[in-house]
Amino acid sequence: MADWYMLTLVGADRPGIVAAVTQAIFAAGGSLGEASMIRLGGNFSIMLMAAVDGGEARLSEALAPVVARLDLRLHIDPAAGGLHQHLIPNVQVRVTGADRAGIVAEITAALAEVGFNILELDTDVAGDPQRPFYLMNIQGFSDRPLEELEAAVAPTRASGIAVDIAAVETLIG
Amino acid sequence: MAVLEILTLPDERLRQVSAPVTSFDDELRAFIADLEETRLAGPAAVGIAAPQVNVFQRIVIVDVSGRKNTPNHGYLVLINPEIAHWEGFEMAREGCLSVPDYTGNVIRATRIRLTANDPWGQPLEFEMEGYEARAVQHEMDHLDGTLFVDRVVSRRTDLFRRKVYQKAGQASGQVAGQAAGSA
Repeated sequence: MADWYMLTLVGADRPGIVAAVTQAIFAAGGSLGEASMIRLGGNFSIMLMAAVDGGEARLSEALAPVVARLDLRLHIDPAAGGLHQHLIPNVQVRVTGADRAGIVAEITAALAEVGFNILELDTDVAGDPQRPFYLMNIQGFSDRPLEELEAAVAPTRASGIAVDIAAVETLIG
Repeated sequence: MAVLEILTLPDERLRQVSAPVTSFDDELRAFIADLEETRLAGPAAVGIAAPQVNVFQRIVIVDVSGRKNTPNHGYLVLINPEIAHWEGFEMAREGCLSVPDYTGNVIRATRIRLTANDPWGQPLEFEMEGYEARAVQHEMDHLDGTLFVDRVVSRRTDLFRRKVYQKAGQASGQVAGQAAGSA
């Protein structure tokens, strides 16, 4: 198995980006691993694990025409990890409040302080452009009691930001 | 008693529709004992369905009694189960003995009313909610060749797949009104 690389691609959103990128990697003899792709603020962003014989040079060569045609920014790093390294989240943190600078920094710092491992995080700004509100959803892993996490975010909560912390359990059937 | 081999994706046999049980005999009850032994041998599963061990009959086992603060009916063997009524929807994360190394968020009904037979063919009826109702829905899906991966939704968008009513004879086997899948 060839080594894994982490590809980052970003560009103005339009139909056909995923097809063009993955077709180019496939044509170069590469295979794909885990990926996260989403439209953010009118841009389409791709984080993608890919493996190909010939490594980084082969990947950039294969993607060069696509990157030029679709006006994408491409970044390639060797990926230290491999597949099958999933961690199952056991805590969900949901945050909403009037938008202001520093919400994410405060909450994630408080959670990091008690060893909380963020596995997935997405945020959005919604509401009226004049009165925006901020939403953040985190799923992560913690081996501490929920009360410790609650205590950690108490100062942010006191400032008027709603922080909901809940255990999430995975049903295995 | 024996621990049976569990089929895992991408094994196509998991996609088969299972047949109703017609003989409630000692052979059936011996199989149920093996199925339960197989469930307990795995990683903390709250349920198991016959097709997961290559037996395509409508038999599931569910037992959520080991979970704290959870309304439950104990160890349940449900043969030829049918959901007569369901209400409410909730999203939660699921995994499966037949889908190693993957978990995902799935929307399930929060309350169901269920009919089934016991291992001697006697009729059973249950009303159940929450975690137990989720486990039953997960296991019953196996009887129709459906896996939770077919129902995984994006946590970010919580999309419900738009319902498509198909012409007679082309039914997909999907329970009407049940939400499934993301875009």
